[in-house]
Amino acid sequence: MTEPLIRVAGLGLSIHDMPILQDVSLDIAPGRVTALVGESGSGKSMTALALIGLLPEGSQTTGTATLDRRDLLTLPERAWLDLRGNDIGMIFQEPMTALNPVQTIGAQVSETLRLRGTGRAEAERIARDRLDRVGLAHVPLDRYPHQLSGGQRQRVCIAMVIARRPRLLIADEPTTALDVTTQAGILALLRDLVEEQGMALLLITHDLGVVARTADHVAVMQTGRIVEQGATEALFRTHAHPYTRDLLAASRPAPRQPRAHATAPVLETRAVTRRYGATTAVDAVSFTLHRGESLGLVGESGCGKSTLTRALLGLEPVQGGEIALMGAPGGTAMTNAQRARLSVVFQDPYGSFDPRWTVARIVTEPFHLTGRPQDARARAAKALEQVGLSASDLAKYPHEFSGGQRQRIAIARALITEPEVLVLDEAVSALDVRVRAQVLRLLDDLQARLGLAYLFISHDLTVVRAICDRVLVMQNGRFVEDGSIAQVWSAPQSDYTAELIAAAPTIPDSWLTS
Amino acid sequence: MPRALLTRALSLSLSLAVASVVIFVMLQAVPGDPAAFMLGLNAEPEAVAALRAELGLEGSLLDRYLHWVAGMLTGDFGTSYTYRVPVADLVADRITVSAPLALYALTLTILIAIPVGLIAASRRGGPADWGIMGATQLGIAVPNFWFAMLLVFVFAVQLRWVSAGGFPGWSDPGAALKSLTLPALALALPQASILARVLRSAVLDTLDRDYIRTARAKGLSRRAVVLRHALRNAAIPVLTILGLQFSFLLAGAIIIENVFFLPGLGRLIFQGITQRDLIVVQSVTMLLVFAVICVTFLVEVAYTLADPRLRR
Amino acid sequence: MRGAMAIGVVLTAVFTLAAAVSLAWVPYDVARLDISQRLLPPSLAHPLGTDHFGRDMVSMLMEGARTSIAVALVAVGIGVGAGVPLGLWAAANRGGWLDEVIMRANDLIFAFPSLVIAILITAVFGPSAVNAILAIGIFNIPVFARVARGGALPLWTLDYIMAARVAGKGRARISAEHILPNIANLLIVQATIQFSLGILAEAALSYVGLGAQPPTASWGRMLADAQTMIYTEPQLAVLPGLAIVAMVLGLNLLGDGLRDALDPRLRRRAL
Repeated sequence: MTEPLIRVAGLGLSIHDMPILQDVSLDIAPGRVTALVGESGSGKSMTALALIGLLPEGSQTTGTATLDRRDLLTLPERAWLDLRGNDIGMIFQEPMTALNPVQTIGAQVSETLRLRGTGRAEAERIARDRLDRVGLAHVPLDRYPHQLSGGQRQRVCIAMVIARRPRLLIADEPTTALDVTTQAGILALLRDLVEEQGMALLLITHDLGVVARTADHVAVMQTGRIVEQGATEALFRTHAHPYTRDLLAASRPAPRQPRAHATAPVLETRAVTRRYGATTAVDAVSFTLHRGESLGLVGESGCGKSTLTRALLGLEPVQGGEIALMGAPGGTAMTNAQRARLSVVFQDPYGSFDPRWTVARIVTEPFHLTGRPQDARARAAKALEQVGLSASDLAKYPHEFSGGQRQRIAIARALITEPEVLVLDEAVSALDVRVRAQVLRLLDDLQARLGLAYLFISHDLTVVRAICDRVLVMQNGRFVEDGSIAQVWSAPQSDYTAELIAAAPTIPDSWLTS
Repeated sequence: MPRALLTRALSLSLSLAVASVVIFVMLQAVPGDPAAFMLGLNAEPEAVAALRAELGLEGSLLDRYLHWVAGMLTGDFGTSYTYRVPVADLVADRITVSAPLALYALTLTILIAIPVGLIAASRRGGPADWGIMGATQLGIAVPNFWFAMLLVFVFAVQLRWVSAGGFPGWSDPGAALKSLTLPALALALPQASILARVLRSAVLDTLDRDYIRTARAKGLSRRAVVLRHALRNAAIPVLTILGLQFSFLLAGAIIIENVFFLPGLGRLIFQGITQRDLIVVQSVTMLLVFAVICVTFLVEVAYTLADPRLRR
Repeated sequence: MRGAMAIGVVLTAVFTLAAAVSLAWVPYDVARLDISQRLLPPSLAHPLGTDHFGRDMVSMLMEGARTSIAVALVAVGIGVGAGVPLGLWAAANRGGWLDEVIMRANDLIFAFPSLVIAILITAVFGPSAVNAILAIGIFNIPVFARVARGGALPLWTLDYIMAARVAGKGRARISAEHILPNIANLLIVQATIQFSLGILAEAALSYVGLGAQPPTASWGRMLADAQTMIYTEPQLAVLPGLAIVAMVLGLNLLGDGLRDALDPRLRRRAL
């Protein structure tokens, strides 16, 4: 075991007297990837901010974090200015907003060098070198952030951080906002930098798959404490702590057992095409969803799945092809009675409800389609009970519920008109893994009981595998794959599907079976 | 020129055209015949008719509109009913007071607002911030013409440092500037209060952004972050307000010129209104609208320079 | 910050109350001029003295408050009544020709120096309180249209609006049920701002003789009268000016306080 670069001992933190962290102890070793993993609110980001001296106002710390025999937690701001960028650098989750929109990327990468007296030509040479190193050799220095993709911007952030070759790089959810194939590239780059430069990397993430693929050492955090830590593979193999065990189980939901369904089609498209000006977002796609079937629709951002979803829901017209719901014309041609047969659950548990409406009013809103029945309130209560909530929740407001409960309310709203088809648009993507597992179980259970057909739209193959019978893979507005789960995973027909499966970070089965 | 700016220029020209129609039509609604008004109650009908012809009041509405617009485009703003001289000459004379006054006030506004706003933003929550926020809150609430009266009372009536009004002309630039100082101050203080507050909140807003955190994480001090990253991003909302303020300064000048008896465009409009000298009112208003639209366009150009996302 | 809002509430309440009381009762009839009572110093009978026509200053200020508030309030009403529906409509049809027309018309009105046009309107149609209201109100329309559109556009991308559309609701109904209640905060704050700007504009118009006409009292007119006597009776210019400052200050403090109290984003930041 090498000497640690930074030794965190008994770190405690409270912000305006609210306790955030307790007794966090962690060694961060050079040349290694140390992961800090946990659900939202576990305190992992605050730990990172404490190590770079950027805690919010009103923070009080206890304990020590030692670098070169100096305690980082008591360092004055003046001393931090020399340390930040020079010894410790950090990249953040949201690459779209992490760069100054009015400065060129060259200026931003070379800025700290210039501020510390490096000449202009030399600073530019270093900036060019770092951008080349992070895989942006083809991008000129005078580009502005808005001209780059999300993955490219994250690479610029990395180039910026390594401009002065820090000894510790902190990466806070660096790939969470990115597509899986982009994520794989960024993670590989970070690993390479660690090996090449002997740098220490503190990787903050919620994703155990990312940990398994990237980290040497892992610490599991729950509500402000480290509950367990150790070498990654050993920790995954033993998973001594019950919380770790829960996380692991929830992260790898079991693939669904093939289930029989009827052969009657409920939702069909034939050569549906949607164009915006010169670009074709959805290019002549055809599929059939059968009664009681669960069909996955997978693709990365911009592949056209959202556009297709809006067309299926009748929110946008199509320029070509046909949509049929229960044998009648679908899409924008649906009558209100037909729309009642097709419901939707959206991704964002916070944006899904009007904050000023009660749950009763929210859940009964779809009765607009059918006319409000006499027993609307009783049916709302029944829908809530179906999703594991209670009738007493009807009078509450959305902000009184957690993210998982909100998704249950959204499902109750979708069920109120007793539809045949449920469109689940990234319905579990914003949830923590353990809550995600519960909602997936609920969806599976509802399908079995009510005989619903699901169209399950997701970017996450693990989830699709757990809930679907069949999967469509979409790329550039077209379906490149259509097959049963077993078939697609064992023998994908398209290279793209194979690439997606390979890129998705998963925990090796061998670590868990022994 | 980027395409966005070109479309903007076209759309603003359209605004200008519509504005000219609105102003023209509105002034047609004024009751009474200017010629009859000018010649008094006992005028001979023949004399009135002759004067109408001379003033260009004959012909269809459309003819008169086109004649007016065509004239404006060639610098002919018509002939004043009361002074019997070309309006263009009147304007040329008065603009040497109004334009310097507006620029003087704008300069004062910027010179006061920028340091004040930056101090408040950088000492957020401290005593300096509280003091500045309180003072600017008061500054916004003060009507500029009342402030002007107070200035006259203190500096002209009590201290006798300056005269209470009038304009000596530009033959002595020092005296001219001195006579414009109180009016410019009266115009500038309320506007500077607004601008300082906008600047403060724009800077504070950008300081909350992710890229500020990025810049801090790479080792920039708070001060360097404000100067190198926050200011240029904060410039965008500040420019918008500055553009709008120009039109407030123009309009405010009309009233302030009255307080200080300055022979500017504002007084010209007022005299035009009271003497029913409609062609003067019509042309000077059009000129002011033109000025505002030009400034709007300049602001858009400045935007494009400040924000690369708007360049295509 | 709470203190500032309390000052705002008190100032606004005092003037609103004075204006309301003046509808039923004022100490002295301001329409009656009595030269024998001119320029009296403050006394029990006239707590703030009398002006150069012998009118009681308290009564004048009360009536002036009524004129200011009436003009500004109705002007805000015009702005809200016409501007908010237009803004909501534009947002509901984003990018459509209607949105384009509404926003271009807004640009057009912004291109006019507002006070110049207000002066023009009152000059053309004759000086009166009603024309002052119209002149100020017209310029409130684009302000509220912009605020409503700007507030509504981000809401239209939210999932609950999508859910309402999936539930078969039309754009007008969604605007009324979901959008309007959720931008009410913005509109209330903007209304207090426009209210205070309206008071300043009314004062300016009546100062130049284009607002309410005598015998109706108004603060701007009182200042205009006082100006001619600034050498001999400067105190006459103080009270109406202070009244304007206090009223506008009160409304601005109230507006800032409301914005902080109603904006959940700011509330979070205050933690």
